[in-house]
Amino acid sequence: MERVHEKYEAVIGLEIHAQLLTKSKIFCGCSTKFGASPNTQTCPVCLGLPGVLPVLNREAVNFAVMMAHATHCRIEPLCRFARKNYFYPDLPKGYQISQYEQPLATGGYVEIDRDGGTKRIGLTRIHMEEDAGKSIHEGSEDTSLVDLNRAGVPLIEIVSEPDMRVPEEAVEYLKSLREILRYLDICDGNMEEGSFRCDANVSVRLVGETRLGTKAEVKNMNSFRFVQKALEYEIKRQIDILEGGGRVVQETRLWDTDKGVTVSMRSKEEAHDYRYFPEPDLVPVEVSKEWQEEIRKRLPELPDEKRDRFIREYDIPAYDAHVLTSSRSLAGFFEECIKEYCKPKVISNWIMGDLLRELKISGVDVEESPLRPAQLSRMIQMMDEGIISGKIAKTVFEEMYKNGKDPDVIVKEKGLVQITDEGEIEGYVERVIIENPKEVEGYRGGKDRLLGFFVGQVMKLSGGKANPAVVNEMLKKRLK
Amino acid sequence: MKITRKEVEHVAKLARLALREEEVERLTRQLSDILTYVEKLNELDTRDVEPTSHVLPVRNVLREDEVCGSIDRGKALVNAPDRTEEFFRVPRVIE
Repeated sequence: MERVHEKYEAVIGLEIHAQLLTKSKIFCGCSTKFGASPNTQTCPVCLGLPGVLPVLNREAVNFAVMMAHATHCRIEPLCRFARKNYFYPDLPKGYQISQYEQPLATGGYVEIDRDGGTKRIGLTRIHMEEDAGKSIHEGSEDTSLVDLNRAGVPLIEIVSEPDMRVPEEAVEYLKSLREILRYLDICDGNMEEGSFRCDANVSVRLVGETRLGTKAEVKNMNSFRFVQKALEYEIKRQIDILEGGGRVVQETRLWDTDKGVTVSMRSKEEAHDYRYFPEPDLVPVEVSKEWQEEIRKRLPELPDEKRDRFIREYDIPAYDAHVLTSSRSLAGFFEECIKEYCKPKVISNWIMGDLLRELKISGVDVEESPLRPAQLSRMIQMMDEGIISGKIAKTVFEEMYKNGKDPDVIVKEKGLVQITDEGEIEGYVERVIIENPKEVEGYRGGKDRLLGFFVGQVMKLSGGKANPAVVNEMLKKRLK
Repeated sequence: MKITRKEVEHVAKLARLALREEEVERLTRQLSDILTYVEKLNELDTRDVEPTSHVLPVRNVLREDEVCGSIDRGKALVNAPDRTEEFFRVPRVIE
């Protein structure tokens, strides 16, 4: 950023909406499955027809409480639903059932990695609400189309304290939250499909100032990259206004991906008066201590805990532990491998390097990996037993990934067994020495570096199958 | 007056009601009368009374997470003033 910008700091708070992975909607029995034909998952309740009554989905409460536990929130002894009133075609009732004065949970935190340490981002609250439908504006100049399949899908809104100072922190925070949600298996965290959405409250102030500046709310950032870019843009925009002697206007702004700017959403101004009031159709929810504890039992080991345990138990570097615990399934893969053959660091290397690369190329998740943990472990064991060399292992790995065959089978079929027979290797060594008299002379004259050249030549002759350690030894002896 | 003209206009706008001039005046008066009448309740000391949002002492009315009850798309769309085969059709909304 330019110099003038160093006088300022940004203050960022995020509001996250996460769709919960319940089977049915929050107040009715309609399916929540994504991608169904438009308007086929609706009923009188979520269509907002007169005379119907909403009934709360128990599992939605369970999931919300799981998230509250995982982020160290206080579960309120009693929470209520409230109506948030506004008109929009994708909101059939004319109000959204949400929570206002008495949310489900308050006052937690999430830890993010910053400059080698961690920083705590406070959570103001977590509350439950229903999603709206979906409007489609393309295709016609003067009409929009509405699909209400999504209307009534359970959401939790997670509101952070204004604890972030730079866009990178906001992105880290988002990633942490998403990781926790995915570990809990209560949200799939797909930003592009909108099951994990983010709005940001952004303001700027002079460094050292303690009061908050006027904020703008930025919406429509549907990837981590866009969150980063939109926040960068918005911070610079506000600083430029202040530097030019102007004042920031409190408003909602939309991130325009194509133009790379945020634009004012004036139409929303007056509509911000939501006239919340308690939802008369739903009775209060009391999550008793017993119920809370029952839900706590469903919590899996969380990312931070798993990371610490990996470092402690398997003695692998923090970086490795970080990568391996980035998803629950990847961590599971790693531990499956260890169960088969306990060489944590070697296994970690193969997973972080070769496996993640192959998965990325084929665009699949680790759960769909054609290579099974037991196969990877067996391959590593075969290396340790001297059956295959590291170089052959690369080939075996590729084959295993391609067709899912066991390493023993591949080695046998392809004749990849490492040559440890000294007689055979000796033949190659002799040949290399005869064919490269100049280098032999050089080596004997003190150019030790040439040893690598000889090893390479022998490996080449053997088709990569000679045991490198044996080759090394033999060459050294022979060239003395 | 308990309520100003401006407030009435604001509330009308939020409710998407187009009021004529004389309606604004009449409603401002009537709403003020109502508020004045209800204000009588303020004479009671309710310091120790929790605001009532429900009259029944019922909590935790919940259902299990089971899929059921969706209706045919044809039925869902039938009451809409305008629709396509698959969607509700509404005047264009621009954000």
